[in-house]
Amino acid sequence: MDKGLELRQVAIARGDKPLLSIDAAIAPGQVLTLMGPSGVGKSTLLSFVTGTLAPGFTATGQVWLDGHDISRLPPHRRMVGILFQDDLLFPHLSVGANLAFGLRTGGSRAERRIKIDSALAQVGLEGYADRDPATLSGGQKARVSLMRMLLSNPCVLLLDEAFSRLDATLRAQVRDLVFDRARALHLPVLMVTHDAEDAQAAGGEVITLG
Amino acid sequence: MTRQRFLPFVPSLTILAMLGPVVAGLYGTVLPAFGHFPAVGLQGPSLDPFRALLATPGIATSARLSLTTGLVATALSLLIVTLVTAGWSGTRAFRALERLLSPLLSVPHAAAAFGLGFLIAPSGWIARLFSPWATGWTRPPDLLIVHDPAGLAMIAGLAVKEVPFLLLMTLAALAQTDAVRSGQVAQALGYGRLTGWIKGVFPRVYAQIRLPVYVVLAFALSVVDVAIILGPTTPPPLAVQILRKMSDPDLTMRTVAAAGALLQLGLVIGALILWRLGEVAAAALGRRWIMAGGRGRLDAPLRWLGLKAGAVSAFGVLLGLAVLAVWSFAGFWGFPKALPDSFTPATWMRHAPGLRAALGETFLIGIVATSVALILTLGCLEAEYRHGLKITSRGLWLLYLPLLVPQVAFLPGLQTLMLGVGADVGRTPVILVHLVFVLPYMILSLGDPFRAWDTRIGTTAAALGASPDRVLWVVRLPMLLRPVLTATAVGLAVSVGQYLPTLLIGGGRVATLTTEAVALSAGGDRAAIGAFGLMQTGAALVPFALALLIPTLVWRNRRGLRHG
Repeated sequence: MDKGLELRQVAIARGDKPLLSIDAAIAPGQVLTLMGPSGVGKSTLLSFVTGTLAPGFTATGQVWLDGHDISRLPPHRRMVGILFQDDLLFPHLSVGANLAFGLRTGGSRAERRIKIDSALAQVGLEGYADRDPATLSGGQKARVSLMRMLLSNPCVLLLDEAFSRLDATLRAQVRDLVFDRARALHLPVLMVTHDAEDAQAAGGEVITLG
Repeated sequence: MTRQRFLPFVPSLTILAMLGPVVAGLYGTVLPAFGHFPAVGLQGPSLDPFRALLATPGIATSARLSLTTGLVATALSLLIVTLVTAGWSGTRAFRALERLLSPLLSVPHAAAAFGLGFLIAPSGWIARLFSPWATGWTRPPDLLIVHDPAGLAMIAGLAVKEVPFLLLMTLAALAQTDAVRSGQVAQALGYGRLTGWIKGVFPRVYAQIRLPVYVVLAFALSVVDVAIILGPTTPPPLAVQILRKMSDPDLTMRTVAAAGALLQLGLVIGALILWRLGEVAAAALGRRWIMAGGRGRLDAPLRWLGLKAGAVSAFGVLLGLAVLAVWSFAGFWGFPKALPDSFTPATWMRHAPGLRAALGETFLIGIVATSVALILTLGCLEAEYRHGLKITSRGLWLLYLPLLVPQVAFLPGLQTLMLGVGADVGRTPVILVHLVFVLPYMILSLGDPFRAWDTRIGTTAAALGASPDRVLWVVRLPMLLRPVLTATAVGLAVSVGQYLPTLLIGGGRVATLTTEAVALSAGGDRAAIGAFGLMQTGAALVPFALALLIPTLVWRNRRGLRHG
């Protein structure tokens, strides 16, 4: 298969101790959910995909994205989008500047501004471009964080416990929004969670580790 | 990219900049100390320099004074900090003291020593306030309070400056020791606040502040400027003796100075060993005290003693600065009047050219040294983040080494070495030597906040397509603006306060506010000392004020960074 994300015989170890091994493929628009107790190395696997494996961990195997081996690329060339449980908006930049940071280069100032405004409008945040991110509610921050990532045109979406900090109602909303977007953009999604509801909502294959 | 290839070398370069001069200086000390000094035609090895050193009048007293003043000042500072923190941390009084901390820290040692001297001298402010109505004095009493032969004034001058430093280090350690809950547990078990803290929290805190305490000990044992301003004179502490021999026009006296420098190094090493033994003894006694289970009968009086001692030490510096200011604007000021007859800018006008020149030199040296140090510091921390190259992989010792080797033990050798290879003394070498002391403080100041930055933000930025350089410049450094500016202010304050490096490596030709102020001390022109001391304080204090102000202004619309 050409399009999508493939984890080819990936095995991760901490020092000499093997943590996990996985061999999986995710087609565009599909969601693969990884579940398992904490400490089993779920987030470590995601950091291997983003290229930010912490020192002390070693990994073998390859990550293929849309027909290319990205295992040797530096993190910023991998076109891998990731959302963490915290929104991680840059606190020193306005909401609009956060989105501009994500938006790929190119286009005039006016064109970029239009793209940013329309991205905000798509998630019901018209006119929020000049706001301080610290003044937003949790749900608003989550939406800005999602749009920031989508504006960078990722080829795959990683979710690292992305909804676990949100309360129940907000959680369902944001989750649906993320999955809808991913499907609409034909993005493969790799989700790490400890919540069965997340897995159910994703509707795809579930792998339980550990 | 060139920077990417350059970055991995920054840690090594930094270590070289920090330790190179120290090692070279010690090497340049050992040879002349053993009579090998070809520049004046001496071929070693011989023990003549040591014989000459031992024949110096009062040398044994000098060595003993260095030991006693250093050990007592360190123990006193640690005691005050421990009592204040144990008895008061978490209270309103403690927070008030914390707020005074940064300004107190930035006051240079020389200015604090001058101010304290002007307070406690027989003709000082305290004597004036109580005369003649309480003391009956109509002229300054004939008491040797400043420059007293036991070095008590010098001990006080050192303690008032080391208390804020150790308090800062203690606060940093407290954050990592779960001190609040430990204190609550101890109190729930019936321990008094102070006793509970000392038994339950202090051992963990001390383990963290041990190296800073050693730095204080090494510094207090070998300090020159405070000793000149407040210390005994006949004989002076060893460090001052060494400086005198370095200033002797007879170049062979430098071999004697080098021998003295080695003696000084030996004293510091001996004192550190002694202190270490004291730690072991204190730990053994402490364990017995804990086993006995006493809940602290002396808690209340000790708490108050601690607070009073802390307040006296803080006000010793603050009132000292005030009296410097009064003197610098004083017209005629006879004893025992509490204030001058009139205030006049005459002193400032008279010394304006000298002040301006010294201020320019101070800032030129400080800004260049701090900028270079900032680049190296950021390079080291970023190399650690990107490539896992940790400068402190061999422990924090490496960073503390330049602060533990006494200045007066290696600077004379460095100067002699430079003389030997025909290198000129002057501004550039002074800047390089300032780097030795500025670098470790800046790395220590910026290291924790830099490492505490959430690396998931870096991952997020990289996932958005930002290169490592872009992450650094557009995300990490702006977010860390406050600690970066604070570290810069620390670097400047360290540079501004340097006396011996500026004097020795500048060959006496580089006149900064500090060297000028200390040079004035012999003359006793209090108005001029007041002006230079105040200016010196300002040069160290204003950068701290800016480091507080700038991030507040720049990020006034960013709530997420208001307390970062």
